[in-house]
Amino acid sequence: MLSVRDLTVSTGPDTAPTDIVSNVSFDVGKGEILGLVGESGCGKSLTSLAIMGLLPQPGPRIRAGHVMLAGTEVTRLQPWERVDAGQGRIAMIFQEPMTSLNPVRRIGDQIAEAVAVSEGISGAAAMARARELIELVRIPDAALQLSAYPHQLSGGMRQRVMIAIALACRPQILIADEPTTALDVTIQIQILGLLRDLCNRFEMSILFITHDMGVIAQLTDRVVVMYAGRIVETAAVDALFEHPGHHYTCALMDCMPARNLGARRLPTIPGQAPPPGSFAASCAFAPRCTAARHACRVSLPPRLRLSEEHETLCAFPLEVGSRK
Amino acid sequence: MFSYAVKRAGATAVTLLAASVIIFAFIHVIPGDPIYVLLGDTATPDQIEALRHQLGLDQPIVVQYVEWAGRALSGDLGRSIFFQAPVLSVIADGAETSTLLATMTMIWVALIGVPIGMVAAVRHGTWLDQGLSGAAMLMASVPTFWVGLYLILIFAARLGWLPSSGYPSIFDGGLGNLRYLILPSLTLAAPNAALILRLTRASMLDVSHEDYVRTARAKGIRPWQVVRRHILRNALLTVVSAFGFTFAALLSEAVVTETVFALPGIGRLVVQSILRRDYPVIQGVILVIVVLYLLINLFVDIGYRLLDPRVELQ
Amino acid sequence: MNLDGIALWMTPFKARPIALAGICVLLAVVLAAVFAPWLAPYDPYAIHPAIRLLPPHAGHWFGTDQFGRDTLSRAIYSARMALLIGSGVVFFALITGIPIGVFSALFPRLGHVLMRAVDVLMAFPSLLLALGLIVILGPSVANAIIAIGAGYMTTTTRIIYGLTLRLRAETYVEASRSMGAGTNWLVIRHILPNLVSPLLVQASFVFAFAQLGAASLDFLGLGAPPEIPSWGNMLAESRTFITRAPWLLFFPGSMIVFTAFSLNLVGDALRDRLDPRLRDVFRGEA
Repeated sequence: MLSVRDLTVSTGPDTAPTDIVSNVSFDVGKGEILGLVGESGCGKSLTSLAIMGLLPQPGPRIRAGHVMLAGTEVTRLQPWERVDAGQGRIAMIFQEPMTSLNPVRRIGDQIAEAVAVSEGISGAAAMARARELIELVRIPDAALQLSAYPHQLSGGMRQRVMIAIALACRPQILIADEPTTALDVTIQIQILGLLRDLCNRFEMSILFITHDMGVIAQLTDRVVVMYAGRIVETAAVDALFEHPGHHYTCALMDCMPARNLGARRLPTIPGQAPPPGSFAASCAFAPRCTAARHACRVSLPPRLRLSEEHETLCAFPLEVGSRK
Repeated sequence: MFSYAVKRAGATAVTLLAASVIIFAFIHVIPGDPIYVLLGDTATPDQIEALRHQLGLDQPIVVQYVEWAGRALSGDLGRSIFFQAPVLSVIADGAETSTLLATMTMIWVALIGVPIGMVAAVRHGTWLDQGLSGAAMLMASVPTFWVGLYLILIFAARLGWLPSSGYPSIFDGGLGNLRYLILPSLTLAAPNAALILRLTRASMLDVSHEDYVRTARAKGIRPWQVVRRHILRNALLTVVSAFGFTFAALLSEAVVTETVFALPGIGRLVVQSILRRDYPVIQGVILVIVVLYLLINLFVDIGYRLLDPRVELQ
Repeated sequence: MNLDGIALWMTPFKARPIALAGICVLLAVVLAAVFAPWLAPYDPYAIHPAIRLLPPHAGHWFGTDQFGRDTLSRAIYSARMALLIGSGVVFFALITGIPIGVFSALFPRLGHVLMRAVDVLMAFPSLLLALGLIVILGPSVANAIIAIGAGYMTTTTRIIYGLTLRLRAETYVEASRSMGAGTNWLVIRHILPNLVSPLLVQASFVFAFAQLGAASLDFLGLGAPPEIPSWGNMLAESRTFITRAPWLLFFPGSMIVFTAFSLNLVGDALRDRLDPRLRDVFRGEA
């Protein structure tokens, strides 16, 4: 459904660009939920914005690579260009539901606007469809909420509205950029359940971005791990948890609260992610890696295939079965 | 909302009160016996006695203030030395010119400042934007009367298209007389349009970075639709309130322009009264303008809140 | 003053070459003011009826006025008035604004009262306030400085008040206070140094608008006495002759524009150099 190849997003002058996201490649199949996990600042949001064509202008831009949606090339196309050209249907929901809706327009209008774009209808017909969508995302009192303003709704409700807006174009793939990070845990469970249901019902693919390994475990089918703008591991979710190949993935899992029940302090990964551009010809994780060797610091790590469907960007990956 | 309006009105009233004390003191602070300040050097002994009695100048200053304030509230702002007529009527004579001038100026400001500011914002970062912003800053650095004199030179003296001075009332000569106000209003509009331009641009840029604008773009609607439906309304909220404040400021800015174009408005009245030492008029005009200034600011402030639906439901 | 500091200050100017041009113009104005007697080709006061109202030519680059005085020389000498008024207004605004603003922020109860007083002053539109003060004080250069300065004193005070409030909320100031540091110490060590950059920005804008205000007052005949060369006075005198001698309108006016524009550019560039937290007290400024 979605195919990203060697995507590189950079800032700075054309003559001396700084890569923030480098050579990112992954696929999302039809009806599949792919998790994109990594710590804050690793470039996951930027990747998603680049895929959607929503990079702020002026700002970082796609320097190289391709984004293919349902087989057609959509790299660097802004959403309206993509819609105009009829190239695939992709939608996105964002992290901050509190500020992602226009405060001076009613909910119904905002959903109907999205409907109008994709289906070419307007007025009462668009509003009727908006109502269907509100009911689809399980917001009670649909008719009432259509004429409500965003500030009258709670965070969880606003996120559901965002999902309704996203569904308006009947997307083949939905990008969800940390949609539950700003919400209560109880609401989080509901939203995740809703997403899973929608995925099943409509065979909609989802690219789910998060920094929470627990959510990854619950929701996703396959996982892509990102560090310092690079994909360091790709695997099916079970395989990832049972035998991770990359040391960063391993460290992430060790920090999960679920794996540290009863501990007095949660472990952390010491050190900080390196700033973009400071690790061009080496492994970005080497400074913080417990198994780093000299080769890691002086050359780009290779992309090794650990098994069918399982890859990692590491010269000395963990062996299968060698989990501590 | 209502309580906010009441609070703000209260604060304005207090400020007005304090300002009125200062304005009252104006006459007493000018060097010389207040009697002569008010009547002029050519006052007869009878007039002096009458005024002394009327104003109670031998009474404590606080009483004098209260009586002055009372008279002012009922419309008696004293008597012009030069015109030998009530100050309020002298001011009222100039009101038509000044009001029309201010209105025409605001129209130019809106027509020029807002659209160009929008263009600059949409073409943010390009040469066009930098050029427009630079031009705006340049316009804001130009003395208004210089613009006025140049306009007179070009359009009145050289080309003869428009008149350069005076203003016969539209009630006397019809709407065509508005052309006397074209050059003056353009003059006044220049620096204000520049400021509104920069404000519009800044406001639109701020709003365009908001999350909900990103959501709108993600829907796939065209860029100009994003601007029209999502950016404009929120950005213009700030600009519209600036309009109100600009109008209020125009009241005093018009002083120099009216002088340059010899317009029979309140601004020129102030300058002439200063030169003629017609202190009652000066005091009266300052009072009227301050009252208008405060009232306009109050209404703009409350109006701004009214327009924001987030406040409606409190 | 170390070289690093200077280099840091230069960055916004390197990014925007036009701001650099602005600094050059300002330097030229300062030089003209200081070295006027040597730079001006003629005595700005000397009257030569025989050469009245001559357009710009070899002997008189800026032409002559209705009294035969050389416009270029008068324009150069006017730079002195421009600098005098500008610095006077800035000085007045700062000397009143800093104490009132800082102490209002540090002592909330006193501050409440003082800020309300400032509000009352702000109820008077600035030009009107200036005119009123001139009426009371009488027209002169010194009074023009006070009259114009009063208008900018209010905005400057407000800005300093806002800045000090923010600085006071900084943790290190709180820490200092909790360790028992006296108010004077706080002010001198923590607050004043941090006020320097924003105040430089404010000073640039005030200096710029003071030029326009002074020109207006001079034009109305209520500022500097007419025989003293100032750009505003030159424009006032040119009024009767603008059709016959448009150069009398062009040159003094251009000087004002160049000076004010350069100051605005410099202020803008300096503002970009500011800490973003302190930057939005200037929201309302040009």
